[in-house]
Amino acid sequence: MGILVTTSLDRTDAGPGQPQPPAAMVSSVPAGHAPTRPSEVAGAIVSSADRRRPLVRRCTSTANAGLLVVLLILGLGPLLWLAKAAITPTQDTLRLPMALWPHGLAWSNLSTAWTTMDLGRSLVNTVCIAAGAWFCQILVATTGGYALSVLRPRYAGIVTGAVLSTLLVPSVVLLVPLYLTILDPPGLGHSLINSFWAVWLPAGANAFNVLLVKRFFDNLPREIFEAAEVDGAGPYRLFISIVLPMSRPILGVVSVFAIISAWKDYLWPMLVLPDPTKQPLSVRLPVLAGSVELGTLLAGLLISTIAPVLLFLVVQRLFLRGAGLGGALKG
Amino acid sequence: MKSTLVSSATGSTDSSSPSCSAPPRRRVGPASWARGGGLSNLVFLLPTLVVFGVFSWYPIGRALVMSLQQTNLVTAAQWIGLENFRHVLTDPLLWTAIRNTGYFALLALVFGYPIPLVLAVLMSEVRKARGLYSALAYLPVVVPPVVAVLLWKFFYDASPTGVFNTVLGWIGLGPYPWLQNESTAMPSLVLEATWAAAGGTVIIYLAALTSIPPELYDAASVDGASIFAKIWHVTLPQLRGVLLITLILQLIGTSQVFLEPYLFTGGGPSNSTLTILLLIYDYAFGQSLGGDYGAATALSVMLAVVLAVLSAGYFRLTRKWASS
Repeated sequence: MGILVTTSLDRTDAGPGQPQPPAAMVSSVPAGHAPTRPSEVAGAIVSSADRRRPLVRRCTSTANAGLLVVLLILGLGPLLWLAKAAITPTQDTLRLPMALWPHGLAWSNLSTAWTTMDLGRSLVNTVCIAAGAWFCQILVATTGGYALSVLRPRYAGIVTGAVLSTLLVPSVVLLVPLYLTILDPPGLGHSLINSFWAVWLPAGANAFNVLLVKRFFDNLPREIFEAAEVDGAGPYRLFISIVLPMSRPILGVVSVFAIISAWKDYLWPMLVLPDPTKQPLSVRLPVLAGSVELGTLLAGLLISTIAPVLLFLVVQRLFLRGAGLGGALKG
Repeated sequence: MKSTLVSSATGSTDSSSPSCSAPPRRRVGPASWARGGGLSNLVFLLPTLVVFGVFSWYPIGRALVMSLQQTNLVTAAQWIGLENFRHVLTDPLLWTAIRNTGYFALLALVFGYPIPLVLAVLMSEVRKARGLYSALAYLPVVVPPVVAVLLWKFFYDASPTGVFNTVLGWIGLGPYPWLQNESTAMPSLVLEATWAAAGGTVIIYLAALTSIPPELYDAASVDGASIFAKIWHVTLPQLRGVLLITLILQLIGTSQVFLEPYLFTGGGPSNSTLTILLLIYDYAFGQSLGGDYGAATALSVMLAVVLAVLSAGYFRLTRKWASS
């Protein structure tokens, strides 16, 4: 996985204002605020001359409509079904799952789910975990990226190499040793099991973020740093007042990844947070799935889906810009 | 240019410090090292060094050591050489797990490789409201995986009134046992995994498609190429780099599949969905096997080596393709 990421990163030479390189998969990502992407002019397989022909026109519009229907069914369909089933009496959902109109609504499913499954607490845990993981990742990625890209001490190459090499190690290998490290962290003396730190800190050790941010800093115009130097700004001032504000686009991408992956994570929080009152939604839901009524469970599933879907709808651009890298992050 | 910048940047805290007056920096005493910016360098690197040190580098080293040890956390760890590897390799379940994981990866390729490509090519021709199309395609990726699995588990209900069986009943098919049958369980898992992941791949392809220079299509049009000829001779060759990237990504991802088999079937029925990662989990944390951390890490290390070979092969391949 790591090699893959580094090769794709190597192509992300497009700093702000620079021309886009041909390798588009990731080039759009660091280019942050690039509003005029060629996407508007694309669609060149069917040329404009072709489009003027009535037959081609009819075919393309049929294809577009068909595509929209397929995407609506596959993308939105299951969520709409979940929304419907969440407020449908359990017996209705069991007997006629695809009925458009249930016999009466059961809004009580939502409140029952909230109280009997104690979703409020799990939701707060999820938010805490996501927020802490976000903070750790941003802190490590920005300070590390700044030190390795801008300050560049003599040993920067070694540290960069050591960070980069962790990309070569799939997360599977770390599962057991990392769990044992959490049980007995070196130099701490007590276990981190059932503490949010057990999720937050390993999340911070994300080489992908560090390299992404470092790449972005590498492409910032050096003249600005030099000008800040001349004006007497030290390394801390330069970091806070110049580098951080300029890196908003890349921080947006990293933030969305951090929050969503923390929200999604299942195996790791399940291992290190055995205490049910500490567990996030993703860990609680499967445990409760067997013990609550179906309508209640589906209402619970709906409640846990709303936040990430809303976040996606609000900052869609960030998601889609980062999606090319999202694949590389998994695994 | 970079080196001058760095020395001026690091030296800026105190312009009179001796370390920054000489462009090639010499070794200096601790006091001037700190004044020359050495201290602030370390301050900025500290979070990276600590977090990576404790939660990445140390566990990686520990994995290598543990795979050669017998550890149960109660008694002191014993060096047992390659005994863990021998134990894992002679476990009949390992071969079941490898076979199942390979089957999952193969099915995921059959389902999940062409579909996003077709969707992306069609979407790239949409001229109005393209954002809506991308958003719809990406929506399943945003649904938390645990929610998706639990929802699909209900969709897969084997009774005739299950969601999928109802829909298929409309056209006279089924009912199918889905998760409850050895032969249909794995394809069911892959179907859900494909639904959950396809959107991300679509977006990758879309980005690549929009970067194909329009002149290539114009030239093909001038030569009288049909739409399908353009797809075959322009679009696909232009996408080959990205296609390879997603292929390797998918192989690496599917060889570590855990969530679907764990939550859908727990590895059953009769181990037909037991994957390698599920076996690692069972060795380390399972109810019956459990606590065999040595075997778990030994298997992890072996899987990592295979994945590293895969990545290396991919790397060579893409380089050759890129330069040709």
